[in-house]
Amino acid sequence: MTAMNKARLHFWWQSWQGALALLLSLAALATLPLLADAPEPYNPITMFSVFLLTIAAAVCALLPLPGMLVAITLFVCTHLSAAMLIAGLAGNEGKATGALYMLVAADWLLAWRCVSLLSSVRTRSKSLDGLLRLIIPAIFGAWILILWEVATRGAGIPFILLPPPSSIAARIATSLPILWADVQQTIFKAVLAGYILGSGAGFLTAILADRFTFLRRGLMPIGNLMSALPIIGVAPIMVMWFGFDWQSKAAVVTVMTFFPMLVNTVAGLSAAGTMERDLMRSYAADYRQTLLKLRLPAAMPFIFNALKINSTLALIGAIVAEFFGTPIVGMGFRISTEIGRMNVDMVWAEIAVAALAGSVFYGVVALGERATTFWHPSNRGG
Amino acid sequence: MSLNENSFSVVSAQKLGLTFETGDGPVHALSNVDLEVKKGDFVSFIGPSGCGKTTFLRVIADLEKATSGDIRVNGMTPEEARKARSYGYVFQAPALYPWRTIENNIALPLEIMGYTAADRKARIERTLDLVNLSGFGKKYPWQLSGGMQQRASIARALAFDADLLLMDEPFGALDEIVRDHLNEQLLKLWARTQKTICFVTHSIPEAVYLSTKIVVMSPRPGRVTDVIESTLPKERPLEIRETPEFLAIAHRVREGLRAGHSYEE
Repeated sequence: MTAMNKARLHFWWQSWQGALALLLSLAALATLPLLADAPEPYNPITMFSVFLLTIAAAVCALLPLPGMLVAITLFVCTHLSAAMLIAGLAGNEGKATGALYMLVAADWLLAWRCVSLLSSVRTRSKSLDGLLRLIIPAIFGAWILILWEVATRGAGIPFILLPPPSSIAARIATSLPILWADVQQTIFKAVLAGYILGSGAGFLTAILADRFTFLRRGLMPIGNLMSALPIIGVAPIMVMWFGFDWQSKAAVVTVMTFFPMLVNTVAGLSAAGTMERDLMRSYAADYRQTLLKLRLPAAMPFIFNALKINSTLALIGAIVAEFFGTPIVGMGFRISTEIGRMNVDMVWAEIAVAALAGSVFYGVVALGERATTFWHPSNRGG
Repeated sequence: MSLNENSFSVVSAQKLGLTFETGDGPVHALSNVDLEVKKGDFVSFIGPSGCGKTTFLRVIADLEKATSGDIRVNGMTPEEARKARSYGYVFQAPALYPWRTIENNIALPLEIMGYTAADRKARIERTLDLVNLSGFGKKYPWQLSGGMQQRASIARALAFDADLLLMDEPFGALDEIVRDHLNEQLLKLWARTQKTICFVTHSIPEAVYLSTKIVVMSPRPGRVTDVIESTLPKERPLEIRETPEFLAIAHRVREGLRAGHSYEE
């Protein structure tokens, strides 16, 4: 009996979001309407459905039902209701009342409950686990966009300051050819070329500095000094040297990525332990053998660290370098010209594309790292 | 031991000394060490820390250079001997490369020394069997226990054709039971492979159980205080450690250690 009481108490504590959501939606119901002096108010059927979905979800969260069933109900109800609310906001910018915000807050709390239920689910199949790992951050991301949309449209925030995500998405959809041309110019030409050149040159220089003491003594202090310089400042000079096209941006990226790779590789080459080196010496291994079979594998975590740092540096370098003169294509060019024409949605569209491209780039490097340094204590887990 | 008396000297040191220059002045790690290790011997070096037993092993291996005296390994200078790949070295820790599987770790010296792929495969199989690790070749070092890792590192030292095996407290980090077991296996392995073994330890029972010759050393400066030829038979079950003969040798080792070490310090 007491165990059951405890379980029930525990249950109530777990779904405080449900209780709060119920209170909020009832409060919203009591303080109608959702929009004040709106040109196109919600029609009664939509209003009814939104309240029904939210209250049903809140009640469902409070009932002692199986976790998975509750999670699915919450997922469907909250997102349907949020979608209907947002659809009705277009054309009514700045007209939202407290009731609407309370209703959205109720949906948000229920979505929170949904995520916390999903993240405590234990599955037996690997594919289902993988799906959950995608769904949970997707719900998180979706709610950032939903709250952003409701805040900008509901409060009527000026478009220039912060456009709602829906108009950014619309802009992306209508400007795909332009965005694609910009990605090709900036990422496939400037970023990749500069990244490969800079990281490769940094790596080779590190090997040379390791082989020849005078290089290490002379170059490393300068390398450390150079890596502290704001290298993006050389962008105008690179434009003077290499012209307006992508080559000058690739040069900026090369300079930016060179030193992180140099410094990290040099550090990595001394990562192998003394015992492991003594072992190589006891085999009378030569410099090349020791390098290939011991010191480079041991340096891999450091090298991948540099590759990851460089993947973000390269993107920043290429985009900012385009502010200093480009042909009429490129992500940095687009951002600098469209902001001048007050087309803020296009600027945001470019930022979104850059974020996506940067994440993919980083992800590919991280996958390569997982495959190469699986042996490192930090990666052994699975 | 009469067999060994006229046989070839694998390690021979005369008046060997090694002084490290440190910030606090010179440290005499080794001083006036005279020693002969004959082919087929199992020699243990025992003494408190700082007595230079590991340093002596590292001088044989050309991982340190002596500052005075003379030392020959297989009739060569240590450097020539190292370049001729005349010894296998087993460290205090397994020092296996974590990115290589056990069999690839054993293949490491073979790759460096240019053995063919077919030869490598045969040697890996043979040495894994020697240390009772058959079937673990595809595992990574961090998937094995400490004792198994150390056995793999012994296999690695046995994989190529070196007659001399240098072991620096190889079982120091393992617990007593695993250690007993590995000692027993090491003796069998020594009998099967006919190698000469130099073995550093700080355990008296381990030294007496394993060795044909026990070198007792003492610190400040590191020097040899006693060399004991073991009278135990070559065939040694673990129970031999209870016999009066064993205890007598252990007693002499303990006396030697006590004589060389002033506890008043």
